[in-house]
Amino acid sequence: MRIIIAGDGKVGHMLTRHLSGEGHDLTLIDNDPSALETTVERYDVMSVVGNCGSMETLRSAGVDKADLLITATGQDELNLLCCMTAHGMNPELHTIARIRTPDYMESTYTMRKLFALSLVVNPERQTAREIDRLMRYPGYLKREKFANGLVELVELKIDAESPLDGVPLHQLTQVAHVQVLVCTVVRDGKAVTPSGDFVLQADDHIYVTGAAKNLSLLLKNIGIATPKIRNVIIAGAGGTSYYLTQLLCRENVNVKIIDPNRERCEKFAEAFPSATVVEGDVSIRSVLDREKLSQADAVVSMTGIDELNVILSLYADSLKVPQVITKLGRGENRKLLEQLPIGSIVSPKELCCDTITRYVRAMGNQAGSAVSIHTIANDQAEAIEFAVEEGTKHLGEPLKAFRLKKNVLVASITHGRNIEVPNGESVMRPGDRVVIVANGDMVIRNLNDIFA
Amino acid sequence: MNIKIMLRIHGWILAIETVFMIPALAIAFFTEDIQAIYGFLGAMGVAIACAALMAFMSRNAKRKFYAREGLVCTGMAWIVLSLVGALPFYISGRIPRYVDAFFEIVSGFTTTGASVISDVEALGKAILYWRSFSHWVGGMGVLVFFLAIVPASGRNDGYMLHILRAESPGPSVGKIVPRMRDTAAILYMMYCTLTVLDVLFLLLGKMPLFDAVCIAFGTAGTGGFAVTNTGLGGYTPFAQNVTTVFMLLFGVNFSIYYLLIMKRFMAVIKDEELRLYLLIVLASIICIGVCVFGRTVDTQNLEETVRHSAFQVASIITTTGYATVDFDIWSSLPKAILICLMFVGASAGSTGGGIKVSRVLLLAKNIKRNAHQIFHPHEVRIIRMNGERIPEQTMINVNGYLGAYVMIVIVSFLLLSADRANFSMTTNFSAVMATFNNIGPGFDSVGATRNYYDYSAFSKIIMSLDMLLGRLEIFPIVAIFAPSTYRKG
Repeated sequence: MRIIIAGDGKVGHMLTRHLSGEGHDLTLIDNDPSALETTVERYDVMSVVGNCGSMETLRSAGVDKADLLITATGQDELNLLCCMTAHGMNPELHTIARIRTPDYMESTYTMRKLFALSLVVNPERQTAREIDRLMRYPGYLKREKFANGLVELVELKIDAESPLDGVPLHQLTQVAHVQVLVCTVVRDGKAVTPSGDFVLQADDHIYVTGAAKNLSLLLKNIGIATPKIRNVIIAGAGGTSYYLTQLLCRENVNVKIIDPNRERCEKFAEAFPSATVVEGDVSIRSVLDREKLSQADAVVSMTGIDELNVILSLYADSLKVPQVITKLGRGENRKLLEQLPIGSIVSPKELCCDTITRYVRAMGNQAGSAVSIHTIANDQAEAIEFAVEEGTKHLGEPLKAFRLKKNVLVASITHGRNIEVPNGESVMRPGDRVVIVANGDMVIRNLNDIFA
Repeated sequence: MNIKIMLRIHGWILAIETVFMIPALAIAFFTEDIQAIYGFLGAMGVAIACAALMAFMSRNAKRKFYAREGLVCTGMAWIVLSLVGALPFYISGRIPRYVDAFFEIVSGFTTTGASVISDVEALGKAILYWRSFSHWVGGMGVLVFFLAIVPASGRNDGYMLHILRAESPGPSVGKIVPRMRDTAAILYMMYCTLTVLDVLFLLLGKMPLFDAVCIAFGTAGTGGFAVTNTGLGGYTPFAQNVTTVFMLLFGVNFSIYYLLIMKRFMAVIKDEELRLYLLIVLASIICIGVCVFGRTVDTQNLEETVRHSAFQVASIITTTGYATVDFDIWSSLPKAILICLMFVGASAGSTGGGIKVSRVLLLAKNIKRNAHQIFHPHEVRIIRMNGERIPEQTMINVNGYLGAYVMIVIVSFLLLSADRANFSMTTNFSAVMATFNNIGPGFDSVGATRNYYDYSAFSKIIMSLDMLLGRLEIFPIVAIFAPSTYRKG
């Protein structure tokens, strides 16, 4: 597909990496030539310098022949203008706009037709929803849904006290008393596809698939406490905090927001009468102690500064706060930071990219292609859901009868409402939903790609 | 530096070269030229062995690739390509000394056309074909060909842009479509189409098929190796005019042809480089025509004068180096014009050499701006080309290029003057100009009817380097010799 991306910022860059890797023809627009130069040197894409809202620039980016336009510049107004202009020039064009300002949310959703938008992405709202989802089941560091929510993939961390420490995977069922599958383990920052003899250790991050109810059973059986969250402290009163507070207040959770900016505090206090808003600097320990950080059920570090978020989360962890969530704006240091006890990491940028990539995949959907794709293990692995069709190879044969590619795993098979943790005897039949986990750089976009 | 990925690319290049030798080998079989058969089989054997070894050593190469690797890789690839490409000449015994064979093939790949052979017809059809074909490959670039056929791979293909940039001439090289592979393929497609057209027109001009193909290769790559001892003077006037037109066509930036395919005619007509290029060509033809009209035996009437002066101008400005007359016997002004044309060279993004018309244009604009700024120091002026702003960095690069260019001319001139053959100043200077700008014939002892055989081995190596420096626009070759390339970090 021919795709134009306007705005070569953080999101633009990440999208470039994903979409160019999937074989699309990309053209990037930005008004900063040096940013474009860096991208063009790294990825096989074309660049156009200019204002993406002008017809001149859009024309030289080839909008008349493009299939999709993604706008991810820093200004919402420009994103909208760019989409409208481009759509006017090419009515066949699909458009995706990133809109962050809460004030525009209603208008962009209700007037999508008028603005010529195929999809509106709000990374901050998405992040807030993701955090809300994590809070309902504390203990999971990450949670993805498959097969209409029947199957889930969750990330867990193994502590030194965990009963799973030192357990080889073939004994997992005896120890945990539940049928689940460990599909990827991240040890020392590297993702591996474990075999039956693999022995789990403390500090491993494991990615487990299984039926949703079995996974919550797993948490219970291995002693990861799941208390209900009642008191939440949010550091930073930005856009994400706004959406999160909105969600939490609706669920009658006690929310306390701390921010050093008086004006922002007043805005929050005005918008959320039931929330506690405190003017204060979270980088000062006495402020945190005064606000009783240690008594919170969950701490969400969401200031605009990644370093401060990390420090705050480390402090919260040292106070034994049951759930800690850290927002990271920049993705680069994620691998390093993952080693630190800073709880779940959420990245608005990644969520936004995932949504857009999913839309692109759906646009180019052909027979046998992926239903949904989630990146896991710091971008080192992918979990992909497929629908088994008549054209799939090895139908009706047990899994042990044929070979899969290296580092590819069938993580779950769903027949109707019946979820199976696959073993050598499992078979795939047309109509089944399967989840495949692939480790490493290989790109799997069709179910038949998994066979060796 | 990522040695392994470079080895892998070199392995590919050698494999491609082997495939390229197959038609020459077939001609050798067809003409029952036993020595040529041995020559090509030997060279192919060496190439395959090296390619296999390189492929084996680069089994688990990482894909990281930066500007440094791109430069060094391009420079090295051309040297390796020439070292192996010289083998058919040497093994077949048609060029007994390896240095001469190396000079000849470097001259071929860099599309120079400077030769050490006085009796080309004695080389045999197979060797002649290989000599001319090297022009065709070198014209668009063997690495660009590699980019066009290399299997689409993984995520970080953008690194390959460094190769395209290192091999393609011009101050700012970019892609014409988003995918590198498509860009390279489109370039080669246009190149092939134009070459085939050239062959067809030459056949219409009653040229024998073998000659037509070889001359078209030389024209396409703006090389200049002829296949008969009389150069192009022995063919019909029609064939000569066809060659004039096609030389000029191959001296045009290939993105112009892409614009034509895309039906963006206004952009073509308004292209400043194209306009200046055509203006220089036209002015030179008129000047030379006026000067030589009626003065030599070949230019007695108007038709002959126009045909010969147009041919020589086209041949020199596009840095091809074919000749229909011995322009060495012309008076001073026409020769001086030809020397100036050697400097200017063809358009950026064409197959020709020289400083390039667009660089000359930018330099002129820069001089104009500097002069203006002496009187109006506070005025802010921006240099534009085709209505678009030229970044200051590009201007710095163009100025730097000119500096390096002048240095290389001076140093090479000094080194050639030290040659024990003790040639005249004109010979040495024109030899430097003709090799460094990838033209071929110079003046005096290296004029259109003479050759480079009498230079010493050392001088031939210097000139071979000059040819590579000229074709790859200096920096890829400099990168090989720069100590900082091999420093860690």
